[in-house]
Amino acid sequence: MHNKNQYLQEELLRTSGVNPKKCMRCGKCSATCPAYDEMEYHPHQFVNMVESGDIEPLLNSKSLYRCLSCFACIDRCPRGVEPAKLVEAVRLAAIRKQGANHLKADDVPAMLDDDIPQQALVSAFRKYAK
Amino acid sequence: MQRIGVFVCWCGSNIAGTVDVQAVSDALAHEPGVVFSTNYQYMCSQAGQNMIKDAVAEHKLTGIVVCSCSPRMHEATFRKTAAAAGINPYMVEIANIREQCSWVHKDMQTGTEKAIILGKAAVAKVNLNTPLTPGESPVTKRALVIGGGIAGIQTALDIADAGFPVDIVEKKPTIGGKMAQLDKTFPTLDCAACILTPKMVDVAQNDKIRIFSYSEVTDVKGFVGNFDVTIKKHARYVKEDICTGCGACTEKCPMKKVPNEFNLGMDNRSAIYIPFAQAVPKVATIDPNYCNMLKNGKCGVCSKVCAAGAIDYTQKDEFIEEKYGAIVVATGFNPISMDKFDEFAYNQSKDVITSLEFERLTNAAGPTAGKLLRPSDLKHPHTIVFVQCVGSRCDACAEKGKEYCSKICCMYTAKHAMLTRDKYPDTEVYVFYIDVRTPGKNFDEFYRRAVEEYGVHYIKGMVGKVTPEGDKLKVQASDLLANKQLHIDADLVVLAAAIEPDKSARPLATMLTASMDTNDFFTEAHPKLRPVESPTAGVFLSGACQGPKDIPETVSQAGAAASKVIGLLAKDKLTGNPCVASSNELMCNGCSTCERVCPYGAITYENKEFRMPDRTTAIRRIAVVNPAVCQGCGCCTVACPSGAMDLRGFANSQIIAEVDAICK
Repeated sequence: MHNKNQYLQEELLRTSGVNPKKCMRCGKCSATCPAYDEMEYHPHQFVNMVESGDIEPLLNSKSLYRCLSCFACIDRCPRGVEPAKLVEAVRLAAIRKQGANHLKADDVPAMLDDDIPQQALVSAFRKYAK
Repeated sequence: MQRIGVFVCWCGSNIAGTVDVQAVSDALAHEPGVVFSTNYQYMCSQAGQNMIKDAVAEHKLTGIVVCSCSPRMHEATFRKTAAAAGINPYMVEIANIREQCSWVHKDMQTGTEKAIILGKAAVAKVNLNTPLTPGESPVTKRALVIGGGIAGIQTALDIADAGFPVDIVEKKPTIGGKMAQLDKTFPTLDCAACILTPKMVDVAQNDKIRIFSYSEVTDVKGFVGNFDVTIKKHARYVKEDICTGCGACTEKCPMKKVPNEFNLGMDNRSAIYIPFAQAVPKVATIDPNYCNMLKNGKCGVCSKVCAAGAIDYTQKDEFIEEKYGAIVVATGFNPISMDKFDEFAYNQSKDVITSLEFERLTNAAGPTAGKLLRPSDLKHPHTIVFVQCVGSRCDACAEKGKEYCSKICCMYTAKHAMLTRDKYPDTEVYVFYIDVRTPGKNFDEFYRRAVEEYGVHYIKGMVGKVTPEGDKLKVQASDLLANKQLHIDADLVVLAAAIEPDKSARPLATMLTASMDTNDFFTEAHPKLRPVESPTAGVFLSGACQGPKDIPETVSQAGAAASKVIGLLAKDKLTGNPCVASSNELMCNGCSTCERVCPYGAITYENKEFRMPDRTTAIRRIAVVNPAVCQGCGCCTVACPSGAMDLRGFANSQIIAEVDAICK
């Protein structure tokens, strides 16, 4: 269990580029968060829990989808920790876990039309392919 | 041929932990000139130094190599040892095998190899060393203090107390600095003016102290004991010696809409003004940016009402040149600008203020005569939110704020909160903190009293944003311990803005060739053991120009700086550094290259008569170094195209011998 979380933790830190050790526990991210009351776990808790490896509750929490990605916490964090990027990374990990292998490369040509932007394909692969 | 003794220090395990000291002393024993080589646990100890003295006597040593810590640490120690043993102190070389070797290497083999190489280089140099005798220079027995806040005032008073003349240069029209703007001081709550203004009067009345107010230092030349300083005295358009400070001019001046900087722009003053009632010198100053007479020649009211006839619209800036033996920097601090902190709405609402503005709002001499009224509508605020660490403790890469803790904010915020609750018990006071830092005598007790006796609400968390709405300020903040987001309707928000060194510090440091850190705080010669001296000889540090500090700490540092100045000025002669440049007049072609690169102005030229080989005489232009001014930096030796310049103690031949020994 510990090892699995360590792997997940490293992956989250790598994909987000966040260093939670820079956090000085001031709580300004949660103070500034407009979606605070909608969230079971708040921005400062994301930083704290990922740092301590307590990631499972985050993966299963609705909080992931309540974050507006407004980046207010990133803008105002005095330590440059960027909590929203960490929330995004956890969200991505949850989506990948749930939506793994829902999209195969072979399925793509049939879906293509001229209006689909390249970015949408990349996003779809990120979300649904493993 | 020299007879060299090598002494390898273990420095406990500092060196011996990663360097095989026995192997080093064995290897160096076979170097040319070495007749004795040993190692010992602590070479700097009394026993270690005696070991050196005994070896000098026993082996008739003429040179010494100590493989130990940085020469900055103990070169002086071992030079004294050599002198006591009867050897010229400049026959000692230090091989730094600690900071540049054992501390940076983890592997014993690499560390030992490098230590041996560094030792060989030192031996090679000592083989070419010659005895040097330092010259002497006189000391001008007068000190200059730059900055007239509490740091500068205390330093000047202490120096004058020892009998030496002191000049204070203050860029504002009055001395007093930030402390004059404060209301009460923590943790004893004495009134700042009550304890500061008597000191300001002492300064004014002390016949050893001269005050150059409304003045700035514009040029510094020379060196320790012999500084030549140019002071620019700005025209204040009032004759200082005639003005009685009666204030009639300030009352009659028709231009009354000038933002009053003493009250941080929260009220207005007249174009001719005296900053505050207890100003020293108590002399009026005309602000040329607002005075109608100076701007377009129409008005002249102040001149008409001045009974003493002190107004002089034709006054010009004046430059004063003076000699000093020592310079104390006491340039102080300012709160940082809140412009980049939009989330706190500082620029949107008058009721979001900084802590220094809060001081003025509660000061009896302030814009509200000491009544706590909010600036927008002059109503009594019922809910006040204090925000700590605004711009302090930020990430180094952040676009705004400072990386350091500003140190004084926790205490003054506790003071503000406590005083507010004391005077206005109907007020709810919230303090948002990240950590409460109160290390200081009676400091934590003070903070606890604010919480326990005065009922201030301390909340662990930060304010995220402040939104002005109607006549309220909507404060959104987090309460980390309750894991809640709070919404408070506040009447007044007070920001504990980080503090930064005064903007005048950086150009001053350049003039003084004194070093600074990345935050523009002056660097001390040693962070623990020489905290009030700059690495530049003769330059001393007092107060917040060296780092954030409160009043008790500033006053102690001011006294310490004064005692260092007194120690310097008490000397009649200073022993110079014999390691200075000198020019070989036979090789010098008078090209002026060295003069241009010399940062200290130590090089001049003279025409000298030479007997030529064909028995004629020729007059040639040659470089001459003033050894009292030369600091031995070596720029000229590198720049000299004909190889005529050389540095005593660091001759080109000695450096090449070191390099050869390392590369062999």
